[in-house]
Amino acid sequence: MKLALITDLHANREAVQSVLDDAHAQGAERYAFLGDYVGYGADPGWVVDTVMGYVEKGAIAVGGNHDAGATKGPSPHMRLDARRVIEWTHAQLSPLQLGFLESLPLAQTDGDMLFVHANAYAPAEWDYIQSRIEAVRSLHATPCHYTFCGHMHEPKLFHLSSTGKAGDFVPTPGVPIPVPSHRQWLVIPGSAGQPRDGNPAACYAMFDIAEQMLTFHRVPYDHETAADKIRHAGLPAGLADRLAHGE
Amino acid sequence: MPVCPPGWPTAWRMESKNSPATTGPRPPLAAGQVVDHFRLEESLHQGGMATLWRVTRMLPDGTPDPACEMPLIMKVPRIKGGEDPASIVGFEVERMIMPMLNGPHVPKFIAKGDFTRQPYIVMEHIPGPSLRPRLDEAPLALDEVAEIGARVAAALHELHRQHVVHLDIKPSNILFRPDGAAVLIDFGLSRHDHLPDLLDEEFTLPMGTGPYMSPEQVQFVRNDPRSDLFALGVMLYHFTTGERPFGAPDSVQGLRRRLYVDPVPPRALRADCPPWLQEVILKCLEVRPEQRYQSAAQLGLALQDPTQVPLTKRADKLQRSSAFKRFKRWFFALGAEPDARQPLSAAELVKRSPIILAAVDVETASDHLLDELRETVRRIVLTEPGARLACVSVMRTARIGMDELTDEHGQSLHVKGLIGLKHWARPISKALNLDDGRLTFHVLEAPDAATAIVDFARRNHIDHIVMGARGNSALRRYLGSVSSQVVAESDCSVTVVRAAEPEAG
Repeated sequence: MKLALITDLHANREAVQSVLDDAHAQGAERYAFLGDYVGYGADPGWVVDTVMGYVEKGAIAVGGNHDAGATKGPSPHMRLDARRVIEWTHAQLSPLQLGFLESLPLAQTDGDMLFVHANAYAPAEWDYIQSRIEAVRSLHATPCHYTFCGHMHEPKLFHLSSTGKAGDFVPTPGVPIPVPSHRQWLVIPGSAGQPRDGNPAACYAMFDIAEQMLTFHRVPYDHETAADKIRHAGLPAGLADRLAHGE
Repeated sequence: MPVCPPGWPTAWRMESKNSPATTGPRPPLAAGQVVDHFRLEESLHQGGMATLWRVTRMLPDGTPDPACEMPLIMKVPRIKGGEDPASIVGFEVERMIMPMLNGPHVPKFIAKGDFTRQPYIVMEHIPGPSLRPRLDEAPLALDEVAEIGARVAAALHELHRQHVVHLDIKPSNILFRPDGAAVLIDFGLSRHDHLPDLLDEEFTLPMGTGPYMSPEQVQFVRNDPRSDLFALGVMLYHFTTGERPFGAPDSVQGLRRRLYVDPVPPRALRADCPPWLQEVILKCLEVRPEQRYQSAAQLGLALQDPTQVPLTKRADKLQRSSAFKRFKRWFFALGAEPDARQPLSAAELVKRSPIILAAVDVETASDHLLDELRETVRRIVLTEPGARLACVSVMRTARIGMDELTDEHGQSLHVKGLIGLKHWARPISKALNLDDGRLTFHVLEAPDAATAIVDFARRNHIDHIVMGARGNSALRRYLGSVSSQVVAESDCSVTVVRAAEPEAG
């Protein structure tokens, strides 16, 4: 059973479509979406509809901070740019789409797997997993051996042994990594809609549940069209420009 | 040869996760028992870390699988009661890396068993003996030392190309196939460029085997393929002299001595050790990885063609450095940290240290083509500062009968070929300052030029062949195209250089 893990889609239709096509071609049988469907990009409605369609067919989906922002309105701590995007996004979404985002849980488990946007220890506070310290804290907060997180846009893999030794690893795209279940693993697939590690290609990961193998993938997509749409929508130009550089 | 399908069986199920994992002693395995389709036949070896069983793959009906002719062994970690990170993590690393490896220089991986039930690795059985008993016979004959070194270097080069640094190269981890190919075993301390390093955080002591550990391993660096060349250097030293270059220390302090105390030069221990071999061994044993050979293939090339080893001060040394020099090194080694620059990954370093082969037909090619070939080679070598250039020409010999080995003036044709090659390469050598051992010359004697070039490239792990095309000459019609045969048969990239024919009139 191959499970595709897709996160931080950020209303980027071109990226999401390319990732879904690639995951399908790679044999994905199940899908898990780890939040932040909207914000930054110009196609929030299409992305939310697409995720809703997958959820109807049994996909897992949890909510992210941008999704919460789009439904509840921007938080007062947000930067001006981010506030503008949230307000614009809110106006683009239908009541049905907003209702879907609002209905999303913060975390979901399936057997030995935990799906959560930010972290397992305080999912509603949106703390970032920046280092081993937060990763270990998150892994200690769940009995699951596999945690799948979004929120951080760079792909990363953390692991924790039963003796408490933790490690982190920047994955190489396309190389399957054995992730046996006697360790705990925290998987950050990286952002599909707004990669930030200097590589503009969209990120996602594939977990082969039976084989306990995890593969991070990068998918090139038409980021120029995605950027043009952001500019035409009157959203901050910086959000368009960064897609070309993956930053 | 019929082989067992790799990775069979590996159907782990997540529901087994709650069974007692690595926390309790398991009932001991016994001969006759069947573990996941493998019947245990006999225990071949019982070490501190693992037990090796000769096994037979069984069909579901309980009969031996006739399709599996390859002899198999099962490696089972010895998990004592409670946690034992040393054996568990090392086994976990090996179980992770072995399925990623292939080729003649590693045992073929067959299957692995889940940690939550019965951890094991089933692999091809490479019968011994390992190189370990040969240590007792050291010093060995010099040509045998070079031969062993070249074979192990070939295996290491292949491993590094597959993104793995072994980090525990020693005679007991080296076996040989009947065709002489070296096989590396025991990947429990290894590091794969593209997999998490589970050992990185595990231990507070340097990891490796005391006598063979490189200075950077002593300093906790685990991703430099040149560490394996250091270990091979220790082996070559031992086989040459009968002694260990750094003893067998059992403390971290003892291990750190190799950061500042250089070994006694092999020639001081063995009078007939040639300067070139001392040069090669001491170069492998340099404290700083960047002063060693930059790839195992470059080391292999030196061991296979001693006449081309450039001799430096290393070759002349007859005693170790003065006490003052050692003190100076000791002082700087105090608290020294390994180079903080991001080291290159194993495969990256191999890529950055290519060997370029220039096949030069000094005898018959036109000056125009020779110029064009030289310019192309210069450009290719220029792009990679770690590149080495091997200039090769082929002296055609008759298939049958004796050849004239001297010209009409009595000059050796072989020497003449070398002189021609060196003359051709001089402008490149000067332009790129290649006199620091990055340039070698080889005159091959063979009836067929293309086969000789392809064989040489294969044997020496050449990355790129550059050669001229004969053009539309009558010669090509008569002799056939050497370059097209090389392009067709070579394992590596080939660039064929053409010179525009000067216009007539």
